[in-house]
Amino acid sequence: MSTAVLLDDLVTDHMRPRSWKLPIALSVFTLAAAFGFAGTTSSTAISQVAIVTGNRWLGTINLALPSLTSEIVLVAAMLCVTGSAWWASATRTTAFGKVRLGSWMGIIFGTCFVASFLLWAVAGRGASLQFTSLLSGALFLSVPLIFGAMAGTVCEHVGVINVSIEGQLLAGAFLAAVVGAVSQNPWLGLISAPVAGAVIGALLALFAVRYWVDHIIVGVVLNVLVTGLTSYLFSTVLTRNTAVFSATVKLPKWQIPVLSEIPVIGPVLFNQNALVYLMYIAVIALQILLFKSKWGLRLRACGEHPRAADTVGIKVNRTRVLNTILGGAIAGLGGAYFTVANGLAFGKQMSAGRGYIALAAMILGGWKPKGALVAALLFGFADNLQNALGVVGVEVPSQFMLMAPYLVTIFAVAGLVGRVRPPAMEGKPYKG
Amino acid sequence: MRLELRHVTKKFGDFIANDAIDLIVEPGQIHALLGENGAGKSTLMNVLYGLYEADGGEILLDGVPVHFSGPGDAMAAGIGMVHQHFMLIPVFTVAENVILGSEPTTGGLIDIAQARAVVREISDRFGFDVDPDALVETLPVGVQQRVEIIKALSRHAQILILDEPTAVLTPQETDELMDIMRQLATAGASIVFITHKLREVQEVADEITVIRLGKVVGHTKPTASQNELASMMVGRHVDLEVTKPQATAGDVALEVTGLELLDTDGRVLLDDLSFSVARGEVLAVAGVQGNGQTELAETLIGLRRPTAGSVVLHRAAEDGGQVVEDLTGKSVKAILASGVGFVPEDRGKDGMVAGFTIAENLILDQVTSAPFSQWGAMNMRAIAHNASERVAEYDVRSGSSSAALATLSGGNQQKVVMARELSRDLTVLIASQPTRGLDIGSIEFIHSRILQQREKGTAVVIVSTELNEVTALADRIAVMYEGRFVGIVPPDTPRHVLGLMMAGVSYDDAIAQSQGHETDPGEIMEGIWQ
Repeated sequence: MSTAVLLDDLVTDHMRPRSWKLPIALSVFTLAAAFGFAGTTSSTAISQVAIVTGNRWLGTINLALPSLTSEIVLVAAMLCVTGSAWWASATRTTAFGKVRLGSWMGIIFGTCFVASFLLWAVAGRGASLQFTSLLSGALFLSVPLIFGAMAGTVCEHVGVINVSIEGQLLAGAFLAAVVGAVSQNPWLGLISAPVAGAVIGALLALFAVRYWVDHIIVGVVLNVLVTGLTSYLFSTVLTRNTAVFSATVKLPKWQIPVLSEIPVIGPVLFNQNALVYLMYIAVIALQILLFKSKWGLRLRACGEHPRAADTVGIKVNRTRVLNTILGGAIAGLGGAYFTVANGLAFGKQMSAGRGYIALAAMILGGWKPKGALVAALLFGFADNLQNALGVVGVEVPSQFMLMAPYLVTIFAVAGLVGRVRPPAMEGKPYKG
Repeated sequence: MRLELRHVTKKFGDFIANDAIDLIVEPGQIHALLGENGAGKSTLMNVLYGLYEADGGEILLDGVPVHFSGPGDAMAAGIGMVHQHFMLIPVFTVAENVILGSEPTTGGLIDIAQARAVVREISDRFGFDVDPDALVETLPVGVQQRVEIIKALSRHAQILILDEPTAVLTPQETDELMDIMRQLATAGASIVFITHKLREVQEVADEITVIRLGKVVGHTKPTASQNELASMMVGRHVDLEVTKPQATAGDVALEVTGLELLDTDGRVLLDDLSFSVARGEVLAVAGVQGNGQTELAETLIGLRRPTAGSVVLHRAAEDGGQVVEDLTGKSVKAILASGVGFVPEDRGKDGMVAGFTIAENLILDQVTSAPFSQWGAMNMRAIAHNASERVAEYDVRSGSSSAALATLSGGNQQKVVMARELSRDLTVLIASQPTRGLDIGSIEFIHSRILQQREKGTAVVIVSTELNEVTALADRIAVMYEGRFVGIVPPDTPRHVLGLMMAGVSYDDAIAQSQGHETDPGEIMEGIWQ
């Protein structure tokens, strides 16, 4: 029990120091949009946006927006949010974080900023911005991140830091591809992916929980191990006998009746393969089970105060081991998305650091499945922007696009979006 | 339920923590287990609760031998435990904490309505007034303890073990807890009450078993005098009275004005504190743990930078005059150098380097200055010489001064810390919880050294949550509550007035309240004991 907590009720608003971090940050972004985007847009330019609705009657909607006017509207909206943030700081009320409306204001602001950037980027170009493929591409790139972030969330809540998500994704991708190719059955490949991830998870649990090795070190070592092992097997076994091992199989796409008819988001979300539907189920199930079920309560108890869990008869280390393996299996399943889910052959290091990005998504999402989902989608969106803009012919260096989500993460983790707390005893061995 | 322990033995390596302990607790009885820190009380209870496995002996419940391989078994058999350090998950609600490990479920999810009902039912039965939906971390310590009791009762505990339950409570909360214990005993529960506080034992226990060095040294009744109890506990005659000569307060040595400290979230930890301490005076800062005392000590020594206010030191100059030095915002090193000694609250964490030898620990603060350092190298001979002098002077009991400090008992470790801090010429000594967790012999020794400093003319600031220590040492008592001083009062202030002040009641109100109660014999008895 810290003094701080005891004092919390006593502190009245006028005693709280003003924090100007948020309004200043918002002002910077608003100014960037006003001068960087709106200010450099020609008044005669037109921004074309094509929206494929996937709906029989609506078809494809082609919008031709006057660039400058649109920019001005967006910047005005951003100014409103920024202004209210200044007001909130000046009067010491909580604009973001605690108040529900506040987080919506953040989302509106972010959307306006991104929209102003996109409209500026395509202003005066012949080609249209493909809005629907912007979204579907974002989802495509997000799926492994989401599985990885779910794996991280489960592991960290039970008290184990899972840095080996990268290795688990890669192992899942590898085994799914090989089993799928050998059996010529994508479903067998899909089933084998979590097994590979679980094996890595079990190794992590063995060293971290049983032998008290630093979790991050074990995680990194496992990543190197999996990278090396899969690369070796790839260049020896797989490439020598491509007919057997690299024959690609692919999960079928299932169109969900009714839901897939919803304009725009229907085809994006509900004309997918089984793994994407599994992802939806996993996020919803974890969000509910982690916080409302017996399993979740016990799991989180082990990550917050293992000794307390022990004193009520919960086997802490067993819980940790089992759930670390479960986490590994979730990440492994996500790995299948690189290969069998999309009918691709295995390639060296094809997870390309996404395991680490998944970890960042988990942190940005505040160690909650729904938060991690949003964060992973955001990362996927930023990752996809370069593709979308490349099609239109915008020559923004792709590296800048790739940097954007990490800037957001750094700001978020630095406490701009409100304080989030990791499980108290994550990464600390329980010695009984 | 009748609990019987027969010859229970627990060893850690060669160390025998419990040596063939026999104990019988009858239903409806409050049985005090009295012993010093490290006597083996908690170990015994952890064996009973299934956290440790006994190396010998047996446990019988209603005459039937039982074997526990974990706390789950003990709970199932009807044993509940309220641990000294609460076993509550701060980010869970009260209801979630209570049901953890035996969750009611409907349709696969936790039945939170039923969990709330369980909490409410027990809370109402004993008048606890606990909100099942409150987050535990937002609750005061006294309420958290009630949550622990609810947790045990919700598992139908018939034997309740309370491990040092009063350590974190105000005197008033302690009285309330004792009422609860009596209620539970009347309802038929057997209660094992672990403590080292004599007053509480006399007040609430039906039976007393005294443990020393892992052995039962006697059984007695609460009618035994405090001196008898203390002597049984320690194994020799002890004098509970600290005799100190009349204060000869001199000039002001430490002057604190408008000290304020905020944490990074802007919460007030220290709220406009102003006080001064004179030479040869002991100012004791009393209060319940977590009301800013730790932060005050750390701010005075420079570990924390105050947001407002000043700390000024008046020390004697070499020419006999006075030097006034502003310590506000100075580094710890500079503050130590200007004649401030500091005994931190958490000895193991902040007071010493456990893996270093006694000799090295004794010169931690002077390792860069002569004679311990020469030409940038440590002068081992001077260091060893210093160690042998200090070890003799402070009666540090160890095989050799090159033993790692970690191998010593808590009392001897604290003597090393005291020896280091007092070996410099001090103007001010700040000691935070100087005797926490020590045996009575070491407490006597540390107290005598502190009073020796007072006689030498050092201004002493003691931070303590033990009222006995505060009243024994202080020339003035500053009672702290939520970061501010409720009042600075004389040491003969009645115990219950101090208790009320520790809960935030002003001195005048506390006096007024206690006068209204003057006819209450319990209150008068308390006045006699303190």
